[in-house]
Amino acid sequence: MGFLIETSYLLTAILFILGLKRMSHPRTAPAGIVWAGVGMLIATVFTFFHPSIVGNYGWMLLALAIGGGLAWYTAVRVAMTDMPQMIAIYNGMGGGAAGAIAATELLKQHFAIPPAQQLATVRAAIEAGADLDTVQDFVLHADGPSGFIMLLAVLGAIIGTVSFSGSVVAYAKLQGLITRAIRLPSHQLINAVMFAVVVLLGLIIVGASEPNAFLIMLFFLLALVFGVMMALPIGGADMPVVISLFNAFTGLAVAFEGFALNNSAMIIAGTVVGAAGTLLTQLMARAMNRPITNILFSSWAAMGGPATEVTGSMKAADPQDAAVQMCYANKVIIVPGYGLAVAQAQHKIWEMSALLMERGVTVKFAIHPVAGRMPGHMNVLMAEAGVPYDLIFDLDEINNEFETTDVALVIGANDVVNPAAKTDPNSPIYGMPVLNVDEAKNVLVVKRGQGKGFSGIENHLFFLDNTRMVYGDGQKVAAELIAAIKAF
Amino acid sequence: MIEGFLSLYIFMLAAFVGYEVISRVPVILHTPLMSGSNFVHGIVLVGAMVALGHAETGLETFIGFIAVILGAGNAVGGYFVTARMLEMFQESKKGQ
Repeated sequence: MGFLIETSYLLTAILFILGLKRMSHPRTAPAGIVWAGVGMLIATVFTFFHPSIVGNYGWMLLALAIGGGLAWYTAVRVAMTDMPQMIAIYNGMGGGAAGAIAATELLKQHFAIPPAQQLATVRAAIEAGADLDTVQDFVLHADGPSGFIMLLAVLGAIIGTVSFSGSVVAYAKLQGLITRAIRLPSHQLINAVMFAVVVLLGLIIVGASEPNAFLIMLFFLLALVFGVMMALPIGGADMPVVISLFNAFTGLAVAFEGFALNNSAMIIAGTVVGAAGTLLTQLMARAMNRPITNILFSSWAAMGGPATEVTGSMKAADPQDAAVQMCYANKVIIVPGYGLAVAQAQHKIWEMSALLMERGVTVKFAIHPVAGRMPGHMNVLMAEAGVPYDLIFDLDEINNEFETTDVALVIGANDVVNPAAKTDPNSPIYGMPVLNVDEAKNVLVVKRGQGKGFSGIENHLFFLDNTRMVYGDGQKVAAELIAAIKAF
Repeated sequence: MIEGFLSLYIFMLAAFVGYEVISRVPVILHTPLMSGSNFVHGIVLVGAMVALGHAETGLETFIGFIAVILGAGNAVGGYFVTARMLEMFQESKKGQ
């Protein structure tokens, strides 16, 4: 049976890697997740016959039904705009599972007894008149994980547990349950001390000859609190990077628990995700031009000096004028931001684009890597509206084209089109790559009101001579634009 | 000892695989891919099943039970959100 299970895990690992590989291109991606899903199904089914599983089958099926059922129910219902927080919560569950596995292993922990010592103990027992059952019992339990493996288990326990409670906080923030960054006096010092205590407790637990349930519980409790404390001071705009980081954490925790359980599927899948997640986190942080340490340990507002005064004024235009301008254009680039999705205007904007294309206008979509709540989130939202992915371009692909663009329509985006990132060294977003919308011949900005964006930074684009502001709710403005284009 | 080192080799090679697989991904797929990799570490479910399956005390059984619930949530939730997102990506029709 062991051979069959190892084979199934090998197959699972292959399917996971091929699946992830297929997920790296839009055309093959839907098949990719199915491949990975088949791998998961194979591993789960064969694990029922795992030699280490000796009972609790009823509880196992019940837990599978509860966890799987709840997750299925929520996953098929969640709106696309709320996707990032759902990923956060499912990721947190994985981290929690890794932590819980570590807890059961630590509670029954005992080290391997070296063969020479085993032999001596058995000899002494037989001389003392012990029967065969006692000896057999002793020998069967003499095997156990090495100190190194237990160390990995404890490390996985810390990482997984932190990922669990941190992800719950990330979920609460993105869901709007926690609305502001919470920061205690000398927050980072408290965190550092707490982390040191958690690690110390972990080492004591590994070093102990007998498992101490109280210490183990205290260890997990502190790790949970540490995860909360780590995520609390981080602002909503930075959350995606943190979710990605926790995703990598969970992967690593799963790999470490895989070592503890000697489970190759967990080692391989966990490590692949750990590495992939780390790279993904780096890519995201780079797109925002902020080092990861900066995101974790400081807040937006703490950066930069007084920003340069903005000169000029915002000039309003009504939707009819905007529509006429676009109808006369050769090329229009639409820059959607999260505000568009909040207003649920993506379907209308696509309808408008289709009308423009019928008139022979070239329409392209420019999406900044960090538009939306997560890199690539905006692409998902545009895809949901039916925008074909080959009309969507990212920053590097399209940034040279703004010069030759007649109209750039910015709708619901703010910081990612702020030229201050290129020109004002005092701006908190200075250095962040932005879309060169200001280079377009005409800029139209659809915006609810005159207020500042998510980050509270003044947008210099709004004050340029070639910029016109179209005020109003995204959905309403889009409908008016459609009507005006049809009437033109 | 050889076994231990073998595990470390697996660890190292798997890390390279993860890095390679992701490094050529276009930005438009970052969110689905993060979600997809989130699904892949749902494999923690099999470890949770083993932990519950050889639990001896009531406390261990309870923790194992929670572990399986959480692991199943990770795997199932991760699968369906990823699949839903990826289904939506489509190319423009001919002639547009």
